[in-house]
Amino acid sequence: MEFLITLVNGLSLGGIYAMIALGYTMVYGIAKMLNFAHGDIIMVGGYTVLLFLSVNPIVAIIASMIFCMLVGIVVEKFAYKPLRGASPLAVLITAIGVSFLLQSISQMIFGSAPKFIVIADLGILKIGELAIGYSTIITLACSVIVMIALSVFVKFSKTGRAMVAVSEDKGAAQLMGINVNSIITITFAIGSALAALASVFFLLKAPTMTPSFGSLPGIKAFTAAVIGGIGSIPGAMLGGLLLGIIECFAQAVPAISPYTDAIEFSILIVLLLVKPSGLLGKMRREKV
Amino acid sequence: MKKILNSNIKNYAALILLAVLTVVFAVLSLCGALKTSTAYLLEEIAIKIILALSLSLVVGFLGELSLGHAGFMCVGAYLGGKTAALLVNPLGNGLLTLAVALVVGGICAGLCGFLIGLPALRLRGDYLAITTLAFGEIVRTLFQNTSEQSFGGPIGLATPRFEKSFFYVICFAMAAITLFVIQNLIRSKHGRAIKAIRDNEIAAKATGINVTRYKLIGFVLSAVFAGIAGVLYSYTKFNVSSQTFDYNYSIEILVIVVLGGMGSINGSIISAVLITFLNRELANVLTGNLAVLKDLIYALILIAIVIYTNAPALKNFREKYSIEGFKKRRKEKEQNG
Amino acid sequence: MAENKFIAEDGREIVLRADHLCIQFGGLKAVDDVNLQIKQGELYGLIGPNGAGKTTVFNLLTGVYKPTSGRFYLCGEDLTGKAPAEVNKKGIARTFQNIRLFGKLTVLENVMVGLSNQIPCSMFESIFRLPRHKKSEAEYRKRAMELLEVFGLAEYSEHLACNLPYGKQRKLEIARAMATNPKLLLLDEPAAGMNPNETQELMDDITFIRQKFGITILLIEHDMRLVGGICEKVTVLNFGTELAKGETATVLNDPEVVKAYLGE
Repeated sequence: MEFLITLVNGLSLGGIYAMIALGYTMVYGIAKMLNFAHGDIIMVGGYTVLLFLSVNPIVAIIASMIFCMLVGIVVEKFAYKPLRGASPLAVLITAIGVSFLLQSISQMIFGSAPKFIVIADLGILKIGELAIGYSTIITLACSVIVMIALSVFVKFSKTGRAMVAVSEDKGAAQLMGINVNSIITITFAIGSALAALASVFFLLKAPTMTPSFGSLPGIKAFTAAVIGGIGSIPGAMLGGLLLGIIECFAQAVPAISPYTDAIEFSILIVLLLVKPSGLLGKMRREKV
Repeated sequence: MKKILNSNIKNYAALILLAVLTVVFAVLSLCGALKTSTAYLLEEIAIKIILALSLSLVVGFLGELSLGHAGFMCVGAYLGGKTAALLVNPLGNGLLTLAVALVVGGICAGLCGFLIGLPALRLRGDYLAITTLAFGEIVRTLFQNTSEQSFGGPIGLATPRFEKSFFYVICFAMAAITLFVIQNLIRSKHGRAIKAIRDNEIAAKATGINVTRYKLIGFVLSAVFAGIAGVLYSYTKFNVSSQTFDYNYSIEILVIVVLGGMGSINGSIISAVLITFLNRELANVLTGNLAVLKDLIYALILIAIVIYTNAPALKNFREKYSIEGFKKRRKEKEQNG
Repeated sequence: MAENKFIAEDGREIVLRADHLCIQFGGLKAVDDVNLQIKQGELYGLIGPNGAGKTTVFNLLTGVYKPTSGRFYLCGEDLTGKAPAEVNKKGIARTFQNIRLFGKLTVLENVMVGLSNQIPCSMFESIFRLPRHKKSEAEYRKRAMELLEVFGLAEYSEHLACNLPYGKQRKLEIARAMATNPKLLLLDEPAAGMNPNETQELMDDITFIRQKFGITILLIEHDMRLVGGICEKVTVLNFGTELAKGETATVLNDPEVVKAYLGE
């Protein structure tokens, strides 16, 4: 029984990780950069929910997604776009700068003390001995829907196919008449909206928010994206779910629960040593 | 002869400066002319110089991104600090204990550097970045969950602070040694090989360079000095907490290296001094709610500098307004006139 | 017979001998049964249409890829399966189709990197500036300058390699390869992107270094004027297999070869 509960919790947490990992992986695939500030978009999303919560929870969630989209687009426009074509290291460091910037702005507005943001109290579902929070089930359901929707979008919509084309070969895509700039903008917008959604589910799990809240989930989701093979959308989903399950099971065992983070990161390192491009990632050899 | 002397002085300007500073500080401390707070600041500056130099070896010269430098420092601080704590009773809190602690901390960190160097042989760029980041977090989590008797667990490890007040002189001497080793390494055929790997690994291999060897050496050496910095750090405190060495600390060192100019040794030193100094001064000025302004300013400066120095669109602008560009134009003018 | 495998009929040593080299990527045979015999001091051409597998042959001969089957020998020593750095130390140096210089190093330093394995000096000696470090550095500098003189790059010695004009970058790459003191030099489309003047200059340089260093050269080229002008023998590749080989003039007039290049 306990096993089942842990599994459901793991899948639910994994769903959140997958949603964030999708943002990392899509941006990586299309803009060929690690958006280190992606985790902090989660935090921005959380605080936006707080601002609009007095209106209505649903309005707050939608507002949060829209605002995060805007933040994502603005960040891309001013911080990353000027560096397109520069060394990956330069872009990565700028992203780190953006991460600090978002955190310090939030701290100026909301202070460093944790804020309690209760979106809704959903209660607990009891089936016999099983007791699972409704929030867990909703999270799981929503993340599955998001993943399916995104897969369909990428596969069948014109924009989605253009995204695949840009990630395969930016130059060729441009020659085929695809507006690479707007595709990159759309990618950032989608990734940021997903991060905002992830923040909502985090708040449902534990209703506190701090300016540095996004760091750890960001790094974890990044780990998930790399485990799945960065650049691969199914990989991000798989990696996210795996990481969520591993985390929940590690935490369920008292002897190893303090080492949960270390275990997750060790798995990452070992996996990369065995399969340097992640589970579903494509190995791209440099052509000599 | 004069010319040779001149170029030597130019090449070793930073080293000579550090050596002179060490002597000056030694004299000052003998006279008791330094305030304790200044002494603490100097310790911190010297430690940051060591960290920046060692990280610049990997990031600036080897061209690999490491986000786990604080992890190596953590290993040095804990294992060196523990060694010192154990040796204080039999050997006393003096130079001998410090020397043993430095050796132990440096070697242990170096071993970790070797372990991280192994994936570096197979992984490139972003993948390596996440691996080093993961390493730093693993080290921190492990030390955090140790027992109270071994490494203090969540309360941290109790370490002896150096008994004499002139500890900053030792820190500066260690910084000078770090500079000596890294600078001489970089300005030799081995340094050229390391930079060649950074510029084009495939060509480096085809030119007969043992890439495996140089990458491992780069990582190990960088880790050894980070470990030494960790031991020195443990000596400046009474308690070492694993919380200190989190990912933000690694980023802070990276920021120092980047702001100093990648692949510039002197730049790394200057930026280590400036940032540590500014950190301290801003912390004094911006108190309470204003404290966050410091981070905000840093973030903005970091973004602005990286964009300014790297944006392809600003290439012409940079060439026009850089010192080299100015020199070039003056030369052209002279030739034409 | 066995000893004669590496001696040609005219008594010259066979510097490079490749027997039945094959490599498969997935189901695709990129190189299929290629055989080469290049004699000491020879200038040998490897030509063929785009995608014929010429660069792949170079990658096999320099250890970038390991052949699926077949072996190759340098002066009688089997180098099959050795890593690129090892192959270079044994005496095969190369240039690249898309120039690969150490961009942020100076022109002089680029050549000095090539000299690294020529003069020993340990890391310890370098860090502590022991006498051998000074001696070896002076020697590197001297030899590198000599090579730069040969290629007419001496005046650029302190420039960053990435700031050199294209034609000079190609020359610097050859100079760097020569610095590793190879027995066999592989040139991958050395004249690509050059104008006729630069190509002529390059041909003169190649002829000059052959005379000066007595080096054996294998080159990939598209410029038929260059191939006809300096290569003694050529092998024509098409779809990874040998289409023709022999004396340059004979091969270039072979109707099969003309067909492969120009179509029916």
